[in-house]
Parts: sequence; structure tokens; C-alpha cells
Amino acid sequence: MESITYMEDEVKLMKGNEAVAHAAIRYGVDGYFGYPITPQSEILETLEELMPWESTGMVVLQAESEIAAINMVYGGAATGKACMTSSSSPGISLKQEGISYIAAGELPALIVNCMRGGPGLGTIQPSQADYFQATKGGGHGDYHLIVLAPASVQEMADFVGLGFDLAFKYRNPVMMLADGIVGQMMEKVVLPPMRPRRTDEEIAQQCPWAVTGRPEGRKPNIMTTLELDPVAMERNNIRLQETYRRISENEVRFEEHCTDDCEYLIVAFGSVARICQKAMEEARERGLKVGILRPITLWPFPTEEVKRLSKKVKAILVVELNAGQMIEDVRLSLEDRVPVHHYGRMGGIVMDPADVLEALNNIIE
Amino acid sequence: MTREEIKQADNIVATKPRLLNDNTMHYCPGCSHGVVHKLVAEVIEEMGAEHIAIGIAPVGCAVMAYNYLDIDWIEAAHGRAPAIATAAKRLNPSRLVFTYQGDGDLAAIGTAETIHAANRGENIAIIFINNGIYGMTGGQMAPTTLEGQVTSTTPYGRRVELNGYPLKISELLAMLDGTCYVTRQSVHTAASVRKAKKALRKAFENSMAGRGTSVVEVVSTCNSGWKMTPAKANEWMEEHMFAKYPIGDLKDTTADQ
Repeated sequence: MESITYMEDEVKLMKGNEAVAHAAIRYGVDGYFGYPITPQSEILETLEELMPWESTGMVVLQAESEIAAINMVYGGAATGKACMTSSSSPGISLKQEGISYIAAGELPALIVNCMRGGPGLGTIQPSQADYFQATKGGGHGDYHLIVLAPASVQEMADFVGLGFDLAFKYRNPVMMLADGIVGQMMEKVVLPPMRPRRTDEEIAQQCPWAVTGRPEGRKPNIMTTLELDPVAMERNNIRLQETYRRISENEVRFEEHCTDDCEYLIVAFGSVARICQKAMEEARERGLKVGILRPITLWPFPTEEVKRLSKKVKAILVVELNAGQMIEDVRLSLEDRVPVHHYGRMGGIVMDPADVLEALNNIIE
Repeated sequence: MTREEIKQADNIVATKPRLLNDNTMHYCPGCSHGVVHKLVAEVIEEMGAEHIAIGIAPVGCAVMAYNYLDIDWIEAAHGRAPAIATAAKRLNPSRLVFTYQGDGDLAAIGTAETIHAANRGENIAIIFINNGIYGMTGGQMAPTTLEGQVTSTTPYGRRVELNGYPLKISELLAMLDGTCYVTRQSVHTAASVRKAKKALRKAFENSMAGRGTSVVEVVSTCNSGWKMTPAKANEWMEEHMFAKYPIGDLKDTTADQ
């Protein structure tokens, strides 16, 4: 990673959710449409407090429901604007129909899920139990979101820009899959530089498909996800799959700690990867050669990297705040060559490093 | 007089609007959608607004409205058109944004989006085709289906103790502070077509003037769903639909403007 130099006063202390709001304004997002739900309401609250409509012209609106909010994102994105929403697990379930439409419409958009424990109304405590929903579809039809998993307040800020860059590059919705820990905790963060929102001319150039009103001489731009001709509909699906193939080839992101000499590999994402880092340090003090692979993109999943590392380790421990979801992608990467174990906590209980260490010791014995 | 002599500008009283293209409409013969489409095309054309017009199509019979009107369109998920219109208009305030929705879309699955967009006073026009039935899916009960009316899901007629009452959603919308103009029209006679066109023009002008939400309900026929001839459907509409859904303005705060 290239080193960044910054003035001291550019370092702020804030919650991950607040960082998302600041980063959205600074990135030049055109529209945010939200609905209150714990533990992510600070995103909407911070935006309302910062009043970006007076500075950048960004539209911020508290919708009547998560369903309305995601459809506002769909409508805004259809006009070529950079639009986003955020919610937490039950609210994200409500948005799934809209997300499927956004994916089908090949529209760029950012959806932030600050996960809490489920199922049902569940708890407001942190969880990672929406991994399946985020990476395997969630809504109806064959589609994928690009899923980014931040592990720090800094990444919550950075992934707003990265998310929109990827969304516009591939014309595909992006989900930032955070959790109640990174959303709520306060850390130092360097906010991204201010950049102006795109002008209508720039949008017309970047998004010739945008529904903006038809100038004379241009054919109507129609944002539709309906195609009754099965041959044409299959063609649409093939085009989507081609996009997913390109994304899988080019956008896999991950981070590794101490994997050069590791005999045991922990795979964990988001805030859990940081808990595991502490466990890894303690394990190494006891002479256990433990390394960590932290997938940053959960879709596309770092399959090849898991496969590569698996060739030199005795076992893999997948640590998640759920009953075992990402472990399926780890297992799929391995072709059963290495034992894969899972350690998870559920329902809002967060493991501490000693728990992970104990889980590690159990698989070593 | 030859044909060419007759076709002088002075003699022409009606033509196909330029924005209505040559695609064959999928609507049943006798359906009101075609007439309302033509009126929307005429009004946009007369306002010179095609370069700023954004239509939001529903799920229902009019889902493919974009196949017939040569303007930019966004097709909505079922019932969500007012939410989509909200964002399209707020992010593009210089645009003429309107939704085109049926009774199931607007008054059943999309009730929340309809009421809240209207209550926020979004500067959009809502065109509401009320034919008292789900046309596209084959004639099931709609929220606006009349008491006693036979549909495929009320084969013995709608019974209020089972299905509740026909929903007078335009009256409800007229109560909201965010609406500036709520009117109920029809398009089954030459006179009613002229009035409906005026209402549409007014609704579109309200949107562009930032006066709030305008709603134009068009009480319509669905002769296929009602299982009647087009002529009989018009009679039945006058007798039964108009009794429950009387034609006329429900609200107009823009009368002096």
C-alpha cells in the first residue's frame, strides 16, 4: 500500500457509520435514501446534520420504509446519479427485491449493511450472519453483488469511494458488508479528499444509458428489467454472467498476516479478523505458527489464494459471527485437501481472542 | 374532392401524436389505456417537454407503456413507482416526472409509496388508471373492485365481510397536505377525453411549477377482465363505477394560480 501523508488535523476520531456519511459527501454522491434501524442510524443522522444539500447539492431523504429507500436508489441510479442506501439485517431483507432489480438493470449503486444478529427481528448486537444473503444473491434471480467487508473505520470511509468506483466500472451494485462492531466503534480515520459531484454533462457522457429525458435525435432510454422473450432474457443473463466473470478475474481483494511461514491458517473477515489478529499474536508467542487470510471482497471470494495457502498448512480455522457461512466458500476452494474447522458465535455474542486461541488449540490437538 | 385535397392542415381535427410510435399496442380492444397513452403523448408534445419527460411505468397492463411513448422511461417494481419518481425528480428537478399506475399497483401493493410520496408533496404527477380489477394477471380482485363485483378471486362477487370495502384512494390522497390537485376523470366519450386531457396538462404543469403532487385518476374499463363487450363495459362503468367513484375534481389548490 502506498504511504499517505496528511496534516494532523485531517485525522478525525469517529464511528464507522459517521465515516460513511462523511465519505459519501466527499466522494460526490448525488443521493442517499435511508430509513432508521440500529445499528446504522448514524449514517442518516450524520448526513441530516451535515446538510450536504447546501454544500454539494447531495439529496438526503428519510424514506417511509427500506423498500421505498432502495427503490429511490433504483430510480436515482437509473438517471445516472451516484445513489446509496444503508440499513441493517432485517432492513436489508426488505430491500432484496429492489436490489435484484438494480442488479438486473445493470445499475451502479452502493448498499451498506451494518449487520446485526438474526434471524427475525433478532438483536441489535453485531453479527456476520448475512454472509449468505450478501454473497449468494439475496433477492431472486442469478445475480451477484460485489461485496466489500470493512474491518476498520478507515475502510468504512474508503469503501464508499471504492464501492462507487467498482459500481460504475462494472455497472453493478456493490454492498459494503459491515457489522455492528465496525459501524459503532470509534477509531482514527483520514477522510477522503473532497471532489465535486459530476455535472449533468459528465453523467450523460459517462452513462449514455441514463434516463434523463430524451434529447432530440436520441432514441428513448428505457430502464427495464422485463423481457418476455426467453431467448433475449437468456442473452441478458449471459451478459450479466460475463460481467461477473470479469469482476471475478479482476477485483478479488484480500489481506494476509504472517502467512509466509504459517502452519495453521485462520480465515476471517471484517471485525472478526481483528479479533483473530490478537489471537494469532498470542498463538505465535506460544510458538504456534498461525497466519490470517482476511478476504476483503467476499464476492468475488479469494478462492485461488485460499487454495494456494492450503497447500502448506495443516488445518484451517474459519472464524465468523455466525453458524458457519463463509466456511462453505473456503471448503469449495480446497477440494477437501485440508481439514477445515469452524469457530463461530451467534446472536450478537462476540468472541474474544482467547476463544479463538482455544478453538485453534482444539484443532491442533 | 380528392383525398389529398381533404388532407389539408385546416381540415385535420385529430392526428396521431408524434410521440406515440407505430408499435402495435398489446392492450385489448376497448381498453382505456390506449386513449390515456395518446393523451399523455399529446400533452407532452404540446408542452414541448419530451426532452425533459421521464415516465415511470408500473407493473400491470401498462408495464410496457415504454413500448408506445417515445420518451425516456423507468420501469418500476410492483407498486414502487412513486418512490422511484421521488428520487428521479429530486435528483433532476428540471425534469417532468410522472408515474402511470393501475389500481393494484397504486392502491394495494404500493399504497405506502403512493401516500408518502403524495404526503411529501413530491413535484410529480401520478396518473392512476382505475378499472377495478387486475387486468394483466387475468382479472383478480383489486382494492377498487366494487362490492358484489365478480372477479376470478371473488367468483361469487366481492363481499365486504371477506374482502373489505372498495378503496377510494383518491379521496384519501386529496386529504393530504402534499397534494395540490386530485381529480377523477374518464375517457369513454369525446367530451370526457377532452376533460381528461386538460386534467393531465394541469397535473404536468403543477409538477413543473413545484406546486406539489397531482393525481389524475382515470376511471377506466377492462372489458376483458369484466367479460363484457367494449360498449357494454362503458355502460357498466357509467352505472356502477361512477356511482362509487364520481367524476370531477376532488381537490384543487391551484385554482387561482
